[in-house]
Amino acid sequence: MLTKISATALGAALLAGTAAHAGDISGAGATFPAPVYAKWAETYKAQTGVGLNYQAIGSGGGIKQIKAKTVAFGASDKPLKVEDLDAAGLMQFPMVMGGVVPVVNLPGVMPGQLHLPGALLADIYLGAVTKWNDPRIAAVNKGVKLPNLPITVVHRSDGSGTSFLFTSYLSMKNPAWQSKVGASDSVEWPVGLGGKGNDGVSAFVKQTIGSIGYVEYAYAKQNKATYALVQNKDGQYPAPVAADFAAAASHADWTKAPGNYLLLLDQPGAKSWPITGATFILVYKKQDNAAQGADVLKFFDWAYKNGDAAAGALDYVPMPAAVKTMMRKQWAAQVKGSDGKPVYVSK
Amino acid sequence: MSDLSRPTAVSMTTRPASKGAWFDPIFQFACLAAATLLLAALGGIVVSLAIGGWPALHKFGFSFFTSTTWNPVTEVYGAAGPIAGTLITSALALILALPVALGISVFLVEFCPKRLAQPIAIAVELLAGIPSIVYGMWGLFVLAPWFALHVQLPLMMNIPSGSIWEKVFYGVPNGANIFTASLILSIMILPYMAAVFRELFLTVPTQVRESAYGIGCTPFEVVRSVTVPYVRSGMVGVVMLGLGRALGETMAVTFIIGNAHGLPQSLFDSGSTLASTIANEFTEATGEMHTAALTALGLVLFVITFSVLAIARALLLRQRND
Amino acid sequence: MLFDRRARRRAANAVFVALCGLATLLALAALGLIMVSLLKQGFGGLNLTIFTKDTPAPGSLGGLRNAIVGSAAMCATAMVLAVIVGMLAGTWLAEYGGDTPYGHVVRFLNDVLLSAPSILVGLFVYELIVRPFHGFSGLAGGVALALIAAPVVTRTTEDILRLQPNALREAGVALGAARWVTIRKIIWRGAGGGLLTGGLLAFARISGETAPLLFTALNNQFFALDMTKPMASLPAVIFQYALSAYDDWRALAWAGALLIALTVLSINIIGRVIVARGNTRP
Repeated sequence: MLTKISATALGAALLAGTAAHAGDISGAGATFPAPVYAKWAETYKAQTGVGLNYQAIGSGGGIKQIKAKTVAFGASDKPLKVEDLDAAGLMQFPMVMGGVVPVVNLPGVMPGQLHLPGALLADIYLGAVTKWNDPRIAAVNKGVKLPNLPITVVHRSDGSGTSFLFTSYLSMKNPAWQSKVGASDSVEWPVGLGGKGNDGVSAFVKQTIGSIGYVEYAYAKQNKATYALVQNKDGQYPAPVAADFAAAASHADWTKAPGNYLLLLDQPGAKSWPITGATFILVYKKQDNAAQGADVLKFFDWAYKNGDAAAGALDYVPMPAAVKTMMRKQWAAQVKGSDGKPVYVSK
Repeated sequence: MSDLSRPTAVSMTTRPASKGAWFDPIFQFACLAAATLLLAALGGIVVSLAIGGWPALHKFGFSFFTSTTWNPVTEVYGAAGPIAGTLITSALALILALPVALGISVFLVEFCPKRLAQPIAIAVELLAGIPSIVYGMWGLFVLAPWFALHVQLPLMMNIPSGSIWEKVFYGVPNGANIFTASLILSIMILPYMAAVFRELFLTVPTQVRESAYGIGCTPFEVVRSVTVPYVRSGMVGVVMLGLGRALGETMAVTFIIGNAHGLPQSLFDSGSTLASTIANEFTEATGEMHTAALTALGLVLFVITFSVLAIARALLLRQRND
Repeated sequence: MLFDRRARRRAANAVFVALCGLATLLALAALGLIMVSLLKQGFGGLNLTIFTKDTPAPGSLGGLRNAIVGSAAMCATAMVLAVIVGMLAGTWLAEYGGDTPYGHVVRFLNDVLLSAPSILVGLFVYELIVRPFHGFSGLAGGVALALIAAPVVTRTTEDILRLQPNALREAGVALGAARWVTIRKIIWRGAGGGLLTGGLLAFARISGETAPLLFTALNNQFFALDMTKPMASLPAVIFQYALSAYDDWRALAWAGALLIALTVLSINIIGRVIVARGNTRP
């Protein structure tokens, strides 16, 4: 009896995966856009009957899975450089944008009151500025009552696109940060403690008086966090709202970004939020399964056309119309089936 | 008494006349095959880790184990911090959980009214069924703030500066540290240890215990001199079960340990463990060397587990020979 | 003198009893505290739609149907595999080869396997099944969970079988029963309660595992019964939703966590009742 069951189980296990393809589309990658992709997929399935299953396994996971061809598309918050794309035969396009917002826990300080230039923010994260009443902080915050409290730095402990944007920005604004720490999904933090996910960071900030952390925009907004303002390239202090993320994107020049490798950090414009970033989709240029490739592009084209309202409702920022048009042209020119014809042409 | 501690297997000769005896060799082979399958699974895991982690071990050599640098930007990796964190949290968790688990099982088997014993046992086992992430979030949102307010702050304010205790209890008062991580771990391994302890105690023959009571032993003496020696070999298994769970536990620890890669400087300092570092960074790691270093951490974890278990086994052997 | 000693022994005993009671109280208090926060956060979300609707996007009405079904399918697969392998392996260790050199190796390495972090087990199954077949699947998830559960079953099976009195084995031989019949009908049956504990602990261990599923079963936003496709699971959904920014997702995550705890509790109780009915052990 037992052997019979185990034989059946073994047989079933061996059969696993032989019929893995066909039917619905699956994709995996970045955690940050997962809620909006889920929203789009839900509406898309109701309208077309086609299910698109997107799972948040991390940007690194998304890149690895598309390379291993276990998914139809990958997703990453960190764009791949053009040489990496070419080496793997991939193309990437941006879907939505978001921003990173510093949050603080300072008694008596209201959301938006605290102003921080990028270089100073970097020095705080370097551990070079250790007290809230430091003259450098006081100089840009006249009229704000700064307590004599030690600064507790909180950062992400898990690798994250949010950390990538944040550390890239600090590297741009502060040479000491660039040489000592640098920019990556996870870095060797000079000071502070790490929380798991946006949740972990915001919990530690809430629990520790005198702390500073950074979270995704949606998270700061939904939790009504005490955010700080960061100085942009024009010397202004824009508010962390959707319009100011969009402003950053509208000043970016996608036509001069080979392989669509573009960081939206520190863009010009009075209203541009300085720590803004897009999240990307990765697909193969040469599609082994043209029908599946077409399904993927069809979905994202549908999202470009019909998804902006849903994205806005979830605190994401849609791509500007010009960028969308550009991406549609790139699909037609670059993503081809084994017969050399484009798998999908947007109408 | 210690002669009772372990029944030795009787050698049984199978008589050809027995009904179904033809199946005996097949059954024995199936058992052996199952045992071998487990070995193959472990072998497969270790081999895939060794292949994946080799680039990092090859590049950094011995310094991988001694360096506390963990820098994904310059791609220099050392595992000393997570190794220390893993050993400290697991040992602390075991020290905290062992007496409690022992106490629970003795209480349930010896002192508790029969009618209450079963519900309490089930309640304790329920602790094992709470998802790891729930422990993590409970630790982060409930335990850590409480601990910071009611333990860390009073300690900070009442310890005279310059004393050794100041060093021991040094840390940012927000409850995210080595000690609270160990505390959560001890709650998580408790049900496993208590449940198996209890099953072991229940296997002690009633006559043996009754006769001990008969000669006037107090319950404490019965437990100490009869019950515990009787199940001693099984107890090591229980400790291993708990230790194994503690060494590899990921999600709950990740939420509350503070995730600093350096060597922890005090009981209330932030730290990291091998498993939490892997869980934190693996899914986002894009660089080849970063992935290799994380895989090598997995290999180190196996080596540590291997050594800890080997030491425990050696200790047991010596104890038995005494 | 004599009185003194007796008093001391009594006092030691009283302290011991009190400490044991205190230990039990501590564990119950920990459980109580965790359950209170689970109930507080999760009870409001428990309603019928949890079982009738699939996981929603933020802002839509939904439930956990696909995750519950997926978890049940994968846990069942895992438990079948783990109980077969674990019980046979544990039996081999206790009854056949446990004292041979190979037996020592198996026992030792099984303990090592016990502590394998679940994320590494998941990655191994990924290399073994997912990558060669180019697709995530519920079956791969089941196999990963089985690898986590099997060592628990093996360890407890061996410990319990070893403590079965030899008289039972002798009785089997005396009756002229084949050895495997003795094991099956006498030893296993006698050890029923302990074996069940092993199985329950293994189930409890895998019911909340997220990490090994991420790289094997992935997860699925939609309802799927096909074990060869990506499959949803409660822990994966809890993990994703609990850390999100949206209140409705968090509420579902806590409801899911409460559901897992309640399932483990009821399976524990049902198992105990069955054993108590079929068993006359003191």
